[in-house]
Amino acid sequence: MDLFEYQGRDLFERHGLPVLGGGVAQTPPEARAIAERLGGKVVVKAQVKVGGRGKAGGVKLADGPDEAQARATDILGMDIKGHTVHKVMLAETADIKEEYYFSYLLDRANRTFLCIASVAGGMEIEQVAHEQPDRVARISIDASKGVDEAKAREIVAAAKFPAEVADQVTDIAVKLWQAFVAEDATLVEVNPLAKVGDGRVLLLDAKVTLDENAAFRHPDHEALVDQSAVDPLEQAAKAKNLNYVKLDGEVGIIGNGAGLVMSTLDVVAYAGERHGNVKPANFLDIGGGASAQVMANGLEIVLGDPSVKSVFVNVFGGITACDEVANGIIQALALLAERGEQVTKPLVVRLDGNNAEAGRAILDGAKNPLVERVDTMDGAAERAAELAAAGK
Amino acid sequence: MAIWLTKDSKVIVQGITGSEGSKHTRRMLAAGTNVVGGTNPRKAGTRVDFDGTELPVFGTVSEAMKETGADVTVIFVPPAFTKAAVIEAIDAEIPLAVVITEGIPVQDSAAFWSYNVARGERTRIIGPNCPGIASPGASNAGIIPADITPAGRIGLVSKSGTLTYQMMFELRDIGFSTAVGIGGDPVIGTTHIDALKAFQDDPDTDAIVMIGEIGGDAEERAAEFIKANVTKPVVGYIAGFTAPPGKTMGHAGAIISGSAGTADAKKTALEAAGVKVGKTPSETARLMREAMS
Repeated sequence: MDLFEYQGRDLFERHGLPVLGGGVAQTPPEARAIAERLGGKVVVKAQVKVGGRGKAGGVKLADGPDEAQARATDILGMDIKGHTVHKVMLAETADIKEEYYFSYLLDRANRTFLCIASVAGGMEIEQVAHEQPDRVARISIDASKGVDEAKAREIVAAAKFPAEVADQVTDIAVKLWQAFVAEDATLVEVNPLAKVGDGRVLLLDAKVTLDENAAFRHPDHEALVDQSAVDPLEQAAKAKNLNYVKLDGEVGIIGNGAGLVMSTLDVVAYAGERHGNVKPANFLDIGGGASAQVMANGLEIVLGDPSVKSVFVNVFGGITACDEVANGIIQALALLAERGEQVTKPLVVRLDGNNAEAGRAILDGAKNPLVERVDTMDGAAERAAELAAAGK
Repeated sequence: MAIWLTKDSKVIVQGITGSEGSKHTRRMLAAGTNVVGGTNPRKAGTRVDFDGTELPVFGTVSEAMKETGADVTVIFVPPAFTKAAVIEAIDAEIPLAVVITEGIPVQDSAAFWSYNVARGERTRIIGPNCPGIASPGASNAGIIPADITPAGRIGLVSKSGTLTYQMMFELRDIGFSTAVGIGGDPVIGTTHIDALKAFQDDPDTDAIVMIGEIGGDAEERAAEFIKANVTKPVVGYIAGFTAPPGKTMGHAGAIISGSAGTADAKKTALEAAGVKVGKTPSETARLMREAMS
């Protein structure tokens, strides 16, 4: 889960890192109140999870509460690369003398963590990394040892931080690592880490990604989820413990196992090229060992998407029993009919593996005109795409 | 013969008394696996009956190894306890630990991997978040269904569980020496490269099918390895060609970030190494038939 800048700033502050005073506002009057509290000049920053907001006009200076309210009025509701601005962060301004870059992240290839640090921070860091790679230090971190003072000094030396900020950056490196571990982050990025007029080093931006697998030991992370961005179907699916991602096509997809479902999306997209360019409408993995109830829940979510014109259920039963899947399909259709929600969208079902014969027999026996059985993955994808194209 | 898991392997189950652990112990036994016991510190000294096979429960992996001669452990404990379970297996120096558990925080996986490296990698870790390893007709450590395919001469390595099953099903007439599900998490123990190396050295494997998915650069690195080291035919499949960037597709590791991790980049790298890459599982199976004929 990616955090907004203000959430990252708050997280840094909680872990004792030096940040500037700030607050978040959803309305211009709230922005005004925060500016009054902070006093003096403030910076008003659009809160969007996408880069390049400065260039898009999403970051403005304001001299006092009146201007802060006016700038917030300008920025709130703005569209930045497809992201609507619902919140602005207000922060004290700083007299920046030097801009550095500092991050910790997961290094998948080496199965450990990495620190990337540079004294050439700021907006052009990516260009620096590309053109002058020797100005960007990459220091591998042993997951069991972490970053203590000695390791932090090694980072400071490798990135060639100036002597007058070395102690401060060392302290920040240690505390930032502690925050990274304590919060189960997979990324903390500070750009810029800045030296300001009075000689202090401050964290002036915050990009933080948290590991969703670690949610069980961070009940407080739930509150950081951006409800405005969560698709209502994704929310409904999550409430039922289903792994669902909304996409923008017309063929609803239900399968078991992340790899098989991804593969199903591909096969449907290829088939769609021959049938009116229809595409997958979603990713839905009902997981291993799914019961009839889970199948029914999944079908309900997918049929609830108005853009879906046909549904492809693709199951290879490993632990999942195909007769359970078949029962789930029949039960879900009956349940929806009982509720008066007439299902009119055709379903194409492919069952293989564990109890496939029994599952196929259940589907055939139900004689539901909406359910069509096709026994190969490619053939079923073709048929589902054809039906979606006809329903468009 | 097969790689890493043979009919002589003696398997224990960490979490044998839990619901997943007991369900799959029963399935592994039915598949002919030589399961010799399990662990659960709170039930040490008891015995569990699996349809007539009584298995002893030990307090620790090292005790179980001492008493039974076990050389493989399959781990089914919940995510919050998995790191401790894997570290216990590493401390016992068991040669193979198969971590089935899904949803482990990546800091925990990175921690147990670092711990294993610091101790000289005496334990091969497969997973986490994987279906395990199966050598058809010989032994089965994990949750891969045993009845999809008989033994044969194809080696399979895959990030995905159900795609493993699908591919085994497509090529069931030829059969498999060993199928290894390495898991789709960002940090895993055994990699595509480890499996490719073992299959290259295995006299009973004639060809290799490698299944990847979006995210990371493991497939690209595997391609370089194949170019330099693998002489047996390799056929590849990558899932997620049409996945949009920035959306995690089920597996914690399956995400396209920026320009990295796309299926196209992986396909290009593999083809440059002489690997034929199928667009779909069925096309991949067809390419494998051609490679073996």
